[in-house]
Amino acid sequence: MGESDIRRALVRIAHEIIEKNRGIKKLGLIGIKRRGDFIARRLAERIQQSEGVKIPIGALDITLYRDDLQLVSETPIIEGTDIPFNINKKMIILVDDVLYTGRTIRAAIEEILDFGRPKAIQLAVLLDRGHRELPIQADFVGKKVPTEKNEIVDVFVKELDGKDSVVVHYYKKEKAKKEKRRKKSRIKLLKEAKPKVEQLTMPDIKKDR
Amino acid sequence: MNNPKKDLLGIENLSDSEIYQYLDAADKFTEVLERPIPIVPSLRGKTILTLFFEPSTRTQLSFSIAAKRLSADVVNFSQATSSVSKGETLLDTAKNIEAMKVDGVIVRHSAPGAAKYLAERLDAFVINAGDGSHEHPTQALLDLMTMKQYFGAFKNLNVLIVGDIAHSRVARSNIFGLKTLGAQVAICAPPTLIPLEIEKCGADVYSNLDSIIGKFDVIMVLRIQLERQEGGLFPSTREYRTLYGLTRERVGKMKTDSIIMHPGPTNRGVEIDPDVADSNKSVILQQVKNGVAIRMAILFIHAGGKIE
Repeated sequence: MGESDIRRALVRIAHEIIEKNRGIKKLGLIGIKRRGDFIARRLAERIQQSEGVKIPIGALDITLYRDDLQLVSETPIIEGTDIPFNINKKMIILVDDVLYTGRTIRAAIEEILDFGRPKAIQLAVLLDRGHRELPIQADFVGKKVPTEKNEIVDVFVKELDGKDSVVVHYYKKEKAKKEKRRKKSRIKLLKEAKPKVEQLTMPDIKKDR
Repeated sequence: MNNPKKDLLGIENLSDSEIYQYLDAADKFTEVLERPIPIVPSLRGKTILTLFFEPSTRTQLSFSIAAKRLSADVVNFSQATSSVSKGETLLDTAKNIEAMKVDGVIVRHSAPGAAKYLAERLDAFVINAGDGSHEHPTQALLDLMTMKQYFGAFKNLNVLIVGDIAHSRVARSNIFGLKTLGAQVAICAPPTLIPLEIEKCGADVYSNLDSIIGKFDVIMVLRIQLERQEGGLFPSTREYRTLYGLTRERVGKMKTDSIIMHPGPTNRGVEIDPDVADSNKSVILQQVKNGVAIRMAILFIHAGGKIE
């Protein structure tokens, strides 16, 4: 997806949001940090352009609501949540860049409900890549992209990355292949070095290279 | 960001980026504490034990509240109601804690090094909540957080610590932290309450408060620890107040925009006068408020995000 594809998708989503909600009364946009936050701001801009009314925007950091704190290798950085408006009785549009397992959305919904009781929460995503692990679906989708689980979907936004684009690649697969190759050559080296192991000392692989 | 060390035992061995890691996270938790429902589920299922062999109100409560705000389960232990009074050793107590599968231990003990002793023997993470007159890292971190809120940065910040430096773990941890972050630190006390070779920590040493009080942005007043005075270190509390107590007259000589801090509990009328403690220069209650946020940050950083 290039810059203009992303722009067109966001224009369409903005109009769908207005259409579905019959106007923008009581609407509030909340983006999930970090990239969903910027996408939410752009959607808000679009909606303002066509309706001429400002709508409140918030940003959500779901770090403290994650269910995999024990699985991540590093201490997550807390970006901070900022919802500067009262969400009670509002129609909340939750915005993220990629919808994948649904776990992020689950955490985001939980966090929003700790701020109050919105009338409803709808979900808008730039990309839906499938592989849901929870019964969650988006109300507004920029593009559906069938992917494999070992593929990586990278979304770049101008505000953060200097460009607008979506890239799907096989990062892990490539890495795994390289790893395999490295292991093979190591085993080969070890086999070649074997005859020298008569005195029960380990062969110096580095030297042999 | 790197994985933190398992335990938080003191400020002395922390780098500036490690200190900022705690301060930055605490800023975010300040926002959590202002939510309609000030609880997040990030430490659900974790058990935190507060193990206090010395009396405490603020620190133990603050840790309990911080842990509960993160959805952890908290168990409190204090010496008066425990088997320690039946003669159990610290190591035996620790082994028993281990058997009960606790994830984190917050320990306060009168012996310097007690927290380290436990940390080396337990799989659970250990947070030092004061070990004798050695260190009190969580108090120093909340003090640093408070100074950062009022002054923004530590460079060119002048901090004066007044009082019983010799018995104060708070002073020691604060000196280490402030020096690491690039602030200027001075101490002022009767010569009998200044430990030997304290200047090696990088702090200027004074004994005449009146002549220097106007130079500082932060005056940190320490409690005169009446329970630790073996007698004879100063003639009387009244004389101490006359020479070192923060009275209204002395506050009048302070810089404009300077603040007064106190780790609590205060001896009103000894090291600080009641009207000064309640004045608008005093940030004592802000310190207590920040205490919960910084302890949430500490618990989150040490309990979360570990490699399985």
